[in-house]
Amino acid sequence: MQAHWTNMTLDLLPVGQTARIAAVDWSVLAPDEGKRLRALGIDSGAKVSVAHRGVFAGADPLAITVGRMTVALRRVHACAMTVEAA
Amino acid sequence: MSQLRKVALVGNPNAGKSALFNALTGARQKIANYPGVTVERKAGRLLLPSGQPIELVDLPGSYGLDSTSPDEEVTRKVIMGEFPGEQAPDALIVVLDASNLEQHLVFALEVIELGKPTVVALNMVDLAERDGLVIDPAALASELGVPVISTVAVRRRGLSELAEAIAQAGAREPEKRHPHGFLPERRLTAHAIADGAILSETARHRLHAKLDRVLLHPWIGPLILFALLFVVFQAVFAGAAPFADGLDAGVAALGDLVRGALPPSLIRDLLTDGIISGVGSVVVFLPQIIILFFFILAMEASGYMARAAFLMDRMMASVGLSGRSFIPLLSSFACAIPGIMATRSIADPKDRLTTILVAPLMTCSARLPVYAVVIAAVIPQRAVLGPVGLQGLVLFALYALGVVSAMVVALVLRSTVTKGAASGFIMELPKYQMPRLKDLMIGLWQRAWIFLRRAGTIIFMVTVVLWLLLNFPRAGQGESQVDASFAGKIANGLAVVVEPIGFNRDIALSLIPAMAAREVAVSSLATTYAVDAGDDDSTQAALGEQIAARWTLPTALAFLAWFVFAPQCMSTIAVTRRETNGWKWPVFMLLYLFGLAYIFAGITYWSALALGL
Repeated sequence: MQAHWTNMTLDLLPVGQTARIAAVDWSVLAPDEGKRLRALGIDSGAKVSVAHRGVFAGADPLAITVGRMTVALRRVHACAMTVEAA
Repeated sequence: MSQLRKVALVGNPNAGKSALFNALTGARQKIANYPGVTVERKAGRLLLPSGQPIELVDLPGSYGLDSTSPDEEVTRKVIMGEFPGEQAPDALIVVLDASNLEQHLVFALEVIELGKPTVVALNMVDLAERDGLVIDPAALASELGVPVISTVAVRRRGLSELAEAIAQAGAREPEKRHPHGFLPERRLTAHAIADGAILSETARHRLHAKLDRVLLHPWIGPLILFALLFVVFQAVFAGAAPFADGLDAGVAALGDLVRGALPPSLIRDLLTDGIISGVGSVVVFLPQIIILFFFILAMEASGYMARAAFLMDRMMASVGLSGRSFIPLLSSFACAIPGIMATRSIADPKDRLTTILVAPLMTCSARLPVYAVVIAAVIPQRAVLGPVGLQGLVLFALYALGVVSAMVVALVLRSTVTKGAASGFIMELPKYQMPRLKDLMIGLWQRAWIFLRRAGTIIFMVTVVLWLLLNFPRAGQGESQVDASFAGKIANGLAVVVEPIGFNRDIALSLIPAMAAREVAVSSLATTYAVDAGDDDSTQAALGEQIAARWTLPTALAFLAWFVFAPQCMSTIAVTRRETNGWKWPVFMLLYLFGLAYIFAGITYWSALALGL
C-alpha cells in the first residue's frame, strides 16, 4: 500500500513503510514528552517507520523504528508529527 | 592530579550498565535511596590494577543531561557535583551499546563536553557482531578524544583493560576539548563519528525483529503474555507454598524452643507470642516475593517487560495509567508488597504513586483465608447456573469488586491528588537478551534484603506495640486478659463506631490484631470464640460453625466487603512508607482505604437488611 503524502501524520503511516519526519507540533505535547522524544532521536528530519501497532481499540500505542532503536509511543504523540516520503 | 577516589558509570538506559557494574564490583554492593527521592543509589568497590580500591557508583540510565525524570535528575546532579551530600565523581565511565552506537554517542558527547576525565566502555560488542556490525574502537577514541575500551560485561571481557584505563584517566585531562553544543549539533556529530567508526554493517537486528513479530503480534502477543503470566502465578501460589509452610514451621519451632528454654514470664510471652510470631507472620511472605521477583527480573533483563507494557498500555491508559503499571498491579494479586516494590520500573512519579496507592485493592492471597472461612460459614453451597456455585460466585464478586474499585480509584486520583500532564508512554523497546543467572541472583538478593531489613524494623515495632496493647494492663482474677487489656478497651470504643455497619464487638476486637495481617482476623476470632486452636483446618471448620451461629447474614456480608478495602497489613504500610519516602502517602492510603471499607461495609449491611436477607 502506498501512502498519500499530503498532511500525512505518523499515526497513519502503514506498518513497514519508512518516512521522514517533516515537522512536529510540539505545542500538543507536554514539555517533558517533547524532550524525551528528542532525546530518543525522534525529531524533525529523522527517518522513521512504524514497526508494530497495539492490540486494543485505536491500534494504540505504536512501536516506531528510528535508527537501530525501537521506541513505543502513543497515537497522540504520532498525530503531532507530519511525515513526508523518505 | 588529585587521587582517584570515586568513579561513576553513566549511559543510556539499556546500554548494559548494570551488568557492567555487577561484573566490575561483584555481589558486594551498597543499595540505598538518594536522600529525598526514591531513586536507588547503587555503589560498589572497584579494584584498580595497582590494588587501590575506589568507589564505583552506578547512576540511573539517562538519555541526556537535560532531565525528564527524577532518575535523570539524580544523574545530572551527581555528575555536576550538585547533589547535596554526594561528592562529585573524579572520573566517569560512559557505557555505550555498540549495536546502537549513533544514538548512545549523543549522550556520550554531552558528557565528554563537560571536560571531566572520561573513559568510554563500548559494551555488548558481541551482540553488535551478531547483528553484523564491526566497530573500530581506535577510530572512535581518536574522534572522541578519550580512551575507548571494548567490553562484554556478561562475559567479563575487557574488564581489566577498563580498570587500567580508569586508573590512567584519573591522572590526566581529556586530550581533545569539544565545544559545548546543542542537541541537533550533537546528533550530527554523533552521526558522523558513528559513520567513521563502523567498519562494516550488514543485516540489521534480525533476531530482534523476528521475535517482536511474534511477541508483539496483535493476537499471538497477548496470548503469549497471558500464558506466561499464568505460569508465573502458578509458580507464586503453588511454588511458594512449601517454602512458606517450612518457614511457618520454623517460626513455630523457634517459638517452642524459646518457650521451653525460658521460665514462664511476660518477657517470654513477648518474645514468643509477640516478636517471633509477629515478625514470623511477615517473613512467610519471603518465598512469594523471591519467586515473583525472579520472573520480574528475568522479564526485565530479557527485554520482555517493555513488550508486556506495550501490549497492556491501551488498557491501562483508560484509567489514566500506562502499560508500565500493569505488572506491578498484577503482582499485587499475589501480594501487594512485591507489587509496590515493582513500581520502581515506572518512570513517571505520578503514575508510580497512583499505582502504589491502588495496589492494595488487588485481592492478595492473604485475604483468601478470611474469605474462605466466612463464605463457607454463611453462604449456602448451592448451584446457581450449571457448575457455577453460589459460594464461588461470591468469591468472584469480591475479586471483581477489588479490581473495579482499583480502576475507579486510579481514575479519581489521577484527576485529583496525582493530577498532572498526561504521563504518556514513551519508552525504548530494548534488544532481547538472555538474562544472566548471576545478575538475577544479585537482584533477587537485593530485593529480599530490602524487604527483610527496611520493612522488618517497622514491623518489629508495630508487633511489639500490638502485643503491649493486648497484654496490658494485666487482668485481675476471673477476668479475661483480652477484655482487661487496652485492646479490649479500644474494641469497646471501636464497637460503637462499627455498630452502624453491622459489626459486633467480637469483630471489632478481631480487627485490632488484624492490623498486623488480614488473616490474623481468623485466628483472633477463633481465640475469642474459645475454639480449640489446633491445626488450621479444624480451627476454620469449628470457627465456621460459630460464625454461622452468631452472625447474621448481613453482618457476614459486611465483614467480607470490609476486607475488600481495609488496609490491614502493616507490611504493605511499611513498604509504602519506604517506597514513597515518608509518612504522607501511607497515611493517605490508610485513611482512604478505611474510609472505603467503612462505606462499602455499611452499604452492604443496610442493603442486605433492606432485602430481608
